[in-house]
Amino acid sequence: MTIVHGVTLLAASHASEVVPARAQMATTLGFHIILACLGIAFPTIVLIAEFIGLRRSNAVAMTLARRWSQVMGVLVAVGAVTGTVLSFELGLLWPGLMRRFGAVLGLPFGIEGLFFFLEAIFTAIYLYGWRRLPGWAHFWSGVPIAVSGIFGAMSVVAVNSWMNQPGGFTERDGRIVSVNPWQVYFNHAAAYEMPHMILAAYMVTGFLVAGVYATGILRGRRDPYHYTGFAIGFVPAAVLTPFQIVVGDTAARAIAHDQPVKFAAMEYVPRTSSNVPEWLGGVYVDGHVYGGLRIPYMDSLLVGFRPSTRVTGWDIVPAAERPPVVWLIHLCFDAMVALGFLLLLTGLWAAYTWWRRRRLPAQRLFWLLGAVSGLAAIVAMECGWVVTEVGRQPWVVYRLQTTAAAATTNGGVLTSLSLIIVLYAVLGVATILILRSLASHWRRSDAEQPAVPYGPAPAPRDAGGIDIEV
Amino acid sequence: MIAATVGAILLASVTLYAVLGGADFGGGLWDLLAGTTRRGRAPRALIDESITPVWEANHVWLVFILVIFWTAFPHAFAAVMTVAALPLWLAVGGIVLRGAGFAFRKEMSRLGLQRAAGAAFAFSSLLTPFFMGTVIGAIATGQVPADAAHASVRAWTSPTSLLTGFLFVAACAYLAAVYLVGEAARRADQGLRTYFTRRAQAAAIIAGALSLATLAELHSSNPVLYDRLTGRALGLVVLAGVCGLAVLTLLTTGRRTGVRVIAALGIAAVVWGWGVAQYPVLLPRTTLTLSNAGAPHTTLVALVVLFVAVVVLIGPSFILLFSLQGRRLLHAGEAAPLPDIHTQPRAAPPQPPTRHPLANRLAVLGLVVAAVARRRRR
Repeated sequence: MTIVHGVTLLAASHASEVVPARAQMATTLGFHIILACLGIAFPTIVLIAEFIGLRRSNAVAMTLARRWSQVMGVLVAVGAVTGTVLSFELGLLWPGLMRRFGAVLGLPFGIEGLFFFLEAIFTAIYLYGWRRLPGWAHFWSGVPIAVSGIFGAMSVVAVNSWMNQPGGFTERDGRIVSVNPWQVYFNHAAAYEMPHMILAAYMVTGFLVAGVYATGILRGRRDPYHYTGFAIGFVPAAVLTPFQIVVGDTAARAIAHDQPVKFAAMEYVPRTSSNVPEWLGGVYVDGHVYGGLRIPYMDSLLVGFRPSTRVTGWDIVPAAERPPVVWLIHLCFDAMVALGFLLLLTGLWAAYTWWRRRRLPAQRLFWLLGAVSGLAAIVAMECGWVVTEVGRQPWVVYRLQTTAAAATTNGGVLTSLSLIIVLYAVLGVATILILRSLASHWRRSDAEQPAVPYGPAPAPRDAGGIDIEV
Repeated sequence: MIAATVGAILLASVTLYAVLGGADFGGGLWDLLAGTTRRGRAPRALIDESITPVWEANHVWLVFILVIFWTAFPHAFAAVMTVAALPLWLAVGGIVLRGAGFAFRKEMSRLGLQRAAGAAFAFSSLLTPFFMGTVIGAIATGQVPADAAHASVRAWTSPTSLLTGFLFVAACAYLAAVYLVGEAARRADQGLRTYFTRRAQAAAIIAGALSLATLAELHSSNPVLYDRLTGRALGLVVLAGVCGLAVLTLLTTGRRTGVRVIAALGIAAVVWGWGVAQYPVLLPRTTLTLSNAGAPHTTLVALVVLFVAVVVLIGPSFILLFSLQGRRLLHAGEAAPLPDIHTQPRAAPPQPPTRHPLANRLAVLGLVVAAVARRRRR
């Protein structure tokens, strides 16, 4: 009896570290992923502006590129440190995972390290070379950042997709005895996760940039500066949105096949059956879906293109191997898809008006949509991460290792969680305040010398170190 | 053999992080000690200008070290991360505050906020290397058991560990001051040159004293390591001492050719002295060695291939970055539009590129390494 009691207590105390550890990983990853998106795609957006500036001697685009570079400087610094936190957390929160699988999932991380180096080095050259590097040489110094951003993202997503579809290694008596790096990197889920995340990064960044200038336009700043800023962000993001929807649809079908329990949670499929309905919204509690719109046969149609398609339910695994809180997974999935379609419609609206009238829509609603598009893209992406991560629970490495077995055996995760929430809140607020103060600084200097694009540009800000005072 | 190669790669990465990233932390220390707003203005400006373009690239070495460590030696990695969790968390906090504080300070307009960001940057530049040092101290004294389930405060608070923490701080300050002497000289700023020369000398003496104290402490805390440091690694230990004395002498006589390289070499000798002394054991007082810490042969081979790629791609990139910085072509705070440059092709830099001994030497070294690596690949 005492032994049983003791074991229960032990299990309980251990489990009590798993939840805060997951919460901390979710907080830090959820924060960093926004900066990671900007790290992947923002250099491309800045380069597009610089390209237009150089090629068409467009002074507005050139001014934007310079100012965005300064924004990039702040974001890269915050992204570099929050990314480092994640590297440490892999060991500090999940020593069990790293101990058993470090030799496998470490390889894609190593490749990511290579591209992180390239990114950091050329970012430094690009950001601080504006003045002394001649025009096109400066432009080309930025190209490696954009390229390594894509390959770096591929490598990190390779690790995550490997956790969803592990393979490419042999384990004997609890030891990894051989590894096939190629199969680890290009695992079964990589084919859809990699493009899905890279497109998401471009959408988040493009719509965020567009959102900033749409807000300005809504506030009456209808000048070439704001329209150019909006277009350089909005056009790439809107063009990529339909591709993202196709990739996402393909991914969902692949998940129905490869990770059926996750898919069952996404779509509320309790029992394996055919003629499965699709639920839009709704909260699943104890076998009932409250609220939500039920579309008969739709889920079977989406998975196999005919109503008779059998969709695997979560009843194929015992209750202990099912993800917790299915309603969260389902609602996040629905929110992601809905926001994706909202962004698609916004893009189509702009495309239609451009096709008919050769200008952007004049309706206030369009600019409102534009203003929130960045936020919508971020929410959609975060929802996607909730779906893939919570949907894989209780596994950290699908069907091989549980999250509980991976978590640290040290206590005190609640303390580090609380501290990190405070630290990241300060970090997030400070980043936003700094970007806003940069913007208002630029607005002031534009007001002093109106029509920046056409007149002489304002005097330079005091150079780097000179105005530092402590 | 392959495990030893990967061990050497890990140690090489640690060396590069120590001599590059360490100097960035040291810059933060001198920022902390630079005094009031008015008095500290000139040294802070020099520190800021020298660190700004390079600290992020230098910081990547830390991420690279972590990745190699957990990929090649996952069992040792998990043990260290479990036992030394507390100082590692504190170092992580320091890393966040250091980077964010440094980046934010430049963009802040109000003096009060600048002070707060600057203080975050400067204090965390002190704490981060200290806690990293205590972790290394815990490993070197054999306080990290292979199958640890819980964190231990005793592991990293032994006299040796604390001394190692202080030694790390002093070494960062020493490197930074030596580099900053060169930066001041390149700007022909005699005042700052004297300012940092004095600080470099002081830091050199303190770091030297702390090294000897740590060595003496090791005599009782890990006699095996002590015997090897004074045995098969003696050459490297002596080299470290000679380099320190040479830097002191060169600084006193006011010469600056080669000073930075010798200072970096001294730090490298310490790192490799530790590595050679501990070889092939990863965690002293355990059975974990380079070859049985959890990674199969193929993983180790892949890591060696990856490192060759890093040398081939990153080496020249770093050389480009450092030589551009050495020629003062990279400037912070100038992304804002300037009157004379918009879309017109920009004129060549008005200033003749000054010589940058460290960058040039690194350039030559990097090119040789790259050439050799390429030939080997063929």
